[in-house]
Amino acid sequence: MSYRLLSVDKEEPGLKERNYLGLSDCSSVDSSTIPNVEKSNLNFKATELRLGLPESQSPERETDFGLLSPRTLDEKLLFPLLPCKDNASATTGHKNVVSGNKRGFADTWDEFSGVKGSVRPGGINMMLSPKVKDVPKSIQDERSHAKGGGLNNAPAAKAQVVGWPPIRSYRKNTMASSTSKNTDEVDGKPGLGALFVKVSMDGAPYLRKVDLRTYTSYQQLSSALEKMFSCFTLGQYGLHGAQGRERMSEIKLKDLLHGSEFVLTYEDKDGDWMLVGDVPWEIFTETCQKLKIMKGSDSIGLAPGAVEKSKNKERV
Amino acid sequence: MNYFPDEVIEHVFDFVTSHKDRNAISLVCKSWYKIERYSRQKVFIGNCYAINPERLLRRFPCLKSLTLKGKPHFADFNLVPHEWGGFVLPWIEALARSRVGLEELRLKRMVVTDESLELLSRSFVNFKSLVLVSCEGFTTDGLASIAANCRHLRDLDLQENEIDDHRGQWLSCFPDTCTTLVTLNFACLEGETNLVALERLVARSPNLKSLKLNRAVPLDALARLMVCAPQIVDLGVGSYENDPDSESYMKLKAAVKKCTSLRSLSGFLEAAPHCLSAFHPICHNLTSLNLSYAAEIHGSHLIKLIQHCKKLQRLWILDSIGDKGLEVVASTCKELQELRVFPSDLLGGGNTAVTEEGLVAISAGCPKLHSILYFCQQMTNAALVTVAKNCPNFIRFRLCILEPNKPDHVTSQPLDEGFGAIVKACKSLRRLSLSGLLTDQVFLYIGMYANQLEMLSIAFAGDTDKGMLYVLNGCKKMKKLEIRDSPFGDTALLADVSKYETMRSLWMSSCEVTLSGCKKLAQKAPWLNVEIINENDNNRMEENGHEGRQKVDKLYLYRTVVGTRMDAPPFVWIL
Repeated sequence: MSYRLLSVDKEEPGLKERNYLGLSDCSSVDSSTIPNVEKSNLNFKATELRLGLPESQSPERETDFGLLSPRTLDEKLLFPLLPCKDNASATTGHKNVVSGNKRGFADTWDEFSGVKGSVRPGGINMMLSPKVKDVPKSIQDERSHAKGGGLNNAPAAKAQVVGWPPIRSYRKNTMASSTSKNTDEVDGKPGLGALFVKVSMDGAPYLRKVDLRTYTSYQQLSSALEKMFSCFTLGQYGLHGAQGRERMSEIKLKDLLHGSEFVLTYEDKDGDWMLVGDVPWEIFTETCQKLKIMKGSDSIGLAPGAVEKSKNKERV
Repeated sequence: MNYFPDEVIEHVFDFVTSHKDRNAISLVCKSWYKIERYSRQKVFIGNCYAINPERLLRRFPCLKSLTLKGKPHFADFNLVPHEWGGFVLPWIEALARSRVGLEELRLKRMVVTDESLELLSRSFVNFKSLVLVSCEGFTTDGLASIAANCRHLRDLDLQENEIDDHRGQWLSCFPDTCTTLVTLNFACLEGETNLVALERLVARSPNLKSLKLNRAVPLDALARLMVCAPQIVDLGVGSYENDPDSESYMKLKAAVKKCTSLRSLSGFLEAAPHCLSAFHPICHNLTSLNLSYAAEIHGSHLIKLIQHCKKLQRLWILDSIGDKGLEVVASTCKELQELRVFPSDLLGGGNTAVTEEGLVAISAGCPKLHSILYFCQQMTNAALVTVAKNCPNFIRFRLCILEPNKPDHVTSQPLDEGFGAIVKACKSLRRLSLSGLLTDQVFLYIGMYANQLEMLSIAFAGDTDKGMLYVLNGCKKMKKLEIRDSPFGDTALLADVSKYETMRSLWMSSCEVTLSGCKKLAQKAPWLNVEIINENDNNRMEENGHEGRQKVDKLYLYRTVVGTRMDAPPFVWIL
C-alpha cells in the first residue's frame, strides 16, 4: 500500500505522477534496521491532503471525498521528496532516503521561500505536510511560478488521508509484508508499489518475501538478501550455546558465498529457472516470479559456466 | 470502620483491587487516604505527563506495579510526530533512585530506549513483569539486558512494538537458571530467532502459559516447542508455512492434541491454510482467536476452523471473512463477547467484503456481545437500529466506515439516527467511535443518552460548534475526547473550561480552533497543559493579533498537576 497521488490527469502537460517517497509502504521485514514508524510517518505525511479549500471558514463537507482544492494539489506536487532525479524511484536503505530528504527538502524550502530558520530538525513530518491554509500567499505564488503554473487547474485526485482509516502502523506494515496479492500478478498495477516475490533458500526452514520495487539494482537486492539469509549459513557454523551479544551480521554471507556455495536464481514467467543478473534490472522485475538461493552444485544446469560466472561476481 | 485498627482496614482494602475503587476509597477521609496510600501496590497513570515520578512515589511509597501511558491515542495513526514525547527513562531513573521495590512495569505508547531497559533490569531485584504495547525506540539489545539481569522474570510481553531487531542473541541471554517464565511474547520482532536457545528456554520453563512466536519460527520448530510446553494456554503461531513435509506436519498434529489447556490462538503470520486442520482437535476449547494478521487464511479453511470454535468469546478477524463468514460466526459462537473485523485491503480498492449485513447477523446471533470494532465499506441507519435492539449491552462500539462522510447507502441520509439508536439503547456504553456522514444531531443524541461514555472518537463529523458543545455538556463521565477534521472551533473549546478538569485529555486536529482561542484557554486554565503541535513554519505562529486567528493544526490538552513538561520538542508549543 503506497501513498501516492493517484490518477493525475495525464492530459495536462507538465503533470507527472509523483511517488513521493520512492518507497512502498511495506516490508518492515526486509529492512530490519529501520524503525517502521518512521517509514509509515513518511508515507502518511507525504501525501496528506486536507479537505476543503484553503482559507475557507470551514472544511468542505463533501460527501464525495474526492473533491480537493486544486491549490492543495499544487502544493503537494511542488514538493517532491526526492531531492535529485538520479535516485530514480528508490534507494537502497530507507534510512538514507529519510536523511536525504531532510536535506533535500530543506534546500528546496529555502530556495523557494527564502525563509530562514524555518527548517526544524524535528523531523520530516512537519515539512512534508504543509497545510495549504497556512502557507502565506507569497510562497504559494513563488511555487506556482516555479512549476510553470500548469498545475493550478489539475483536477484533484482521490488521495489518501493521513491516519485514515484508523489502523495502527504496526498492523499496516505487518499486513503489507504478509499479503501475497502481488506475487502472482503478471503486472502489478502501476502505482500500487509493492511487488512481493517469495525468496527461498536451500536448507533454510522457511520462505521470506521481498518487495522488488524497493530496489533499483541487483546490488541492492543482493545486499538485502544477504542480510536476510545470513543467519542460516551461520547456523551451520555452530552458533549453539553462543552467549552474550555476538552479532550475526558481523559475519557476512558474502564471505561464505565467495566460495560459490550459493547462487541466486529466479523463476520467470515461463516457469524457467534462470540465473539472476543476466537481464537488465527493469526486465528482471517484470518477469521474476520467485527467487531461490540455490546451492552452487544445483545450478550448474542453468547455463554453461553459470557457477564460474557467480564466482566472479562480487555478490550473487 | 473508624473503630477498627488500621491493620484491619488495610486488610479490607486488600480486597479492593480496581484502581477506580481505590481512588474512591482514598477520598473518604484522611485516615483512609493514609491507609490506602501505604497499602497501594498497583498504580495506573493514564497520562504520563499528568504527574511526575517524584510525586507518585511520595504518595505511594510501596509501589510494586506501575502502568504508564504516553502518547495520545491518535499517535497510533501517525497523527503525532515521532519526537513528541512520552519518554520512560526519567520514570525509571526516579524509581531506581528511590529504591522502590518495582516488580511490574506496563507501558503503552511510550518511547523506551535500550538505556532505560538496561537501567530497569539492573535496578530492581524482584522485577518480574514487563509489558510493552505500541512502544518504540528500543532494540533487541535492550531485551538482552532484561533477559540477562532479571532473575525472577515472569512476563516479557511485547505487543505491536516497533523494535529494531539487531538479530543478536537476546534469547540466549536468559541464564540457564531462569525457569520462572510465564509469558513470552515476541511476535512483533521481525528478525531471526535463535531456535535452539528458544527451545531450551521453553523446555526449562514449566510455568510457561503464554508463548507468542515471531515470523521466524517455522512449523517444525513450533511442533517441538509445543511438545516442550503442553501446558500452554495462549499460543501465537509464527510462520506456519513450509513446503509441509508430512513428518513435520504429523508431529505438529500430535503435539497439538496434547495441548489440552490451550485457550487462545493467534499469529499465523505466514500461513498455509490447509495446515490449519492440525488445530481442529483443540478448537472446541478456544475462547480467543486472533487471525487478524493471517492474510492468507480465508474462505473455506477459515470457516471450517471457526465452525469448531463453539466456545469462542473473543474473535479478531480480517474482513475477508465476508458477510457469509460472519453469519457462520453468528450461528456458531454463541458465547462471543468481543469481535474485531479489520480491513484486509488497505489500498482501499473497495473490495471489502463485509457490510452492514454481517454486523446485523452478529448482533442477532451473539447475545453476549459487548465490544465491537468493525471496519466496513457501507452502513445504514436501519442496520444500526437493529443492532441496537439486538445488543443493548455494548460497552465498546467502534464503527469505521472506510470512506469519510459516507451516508446511509440506501437512503443517502446521515447516520445520526443509527448511532443515536446505539447510544440510546446501550446504557453502559463507555467507548464510542463514529464514522460516516454525521451532523450535529448525532452529538445531541450522544449528549442526551450516553451517560457512561468515557471515550469518544470523532472524525469528519458535525456541522457547527453545537455538536461539540452537546457532548461536553451532556457526557458527564467523559475522559478522553479525540476529534479530527470536524468543524468545531473556539466557541466550543472555550464554553466550559472547567470541564477539562474532569477529563484526562482532549485532542483536536484539523478543526477550526485558532491560536488565540487556545491561548485564551491556557490563560483561563493554568492547570491544563495546552499543547499545539505545529507542523508548519514556527515563525508564523506569532504573537500579533492577526496571526492569532490562524487555525491550529493539532491541539492536545490534558490536565496535569505538575505544569509544563520540559521535554517537549521545538515543534510542540505549550501555551
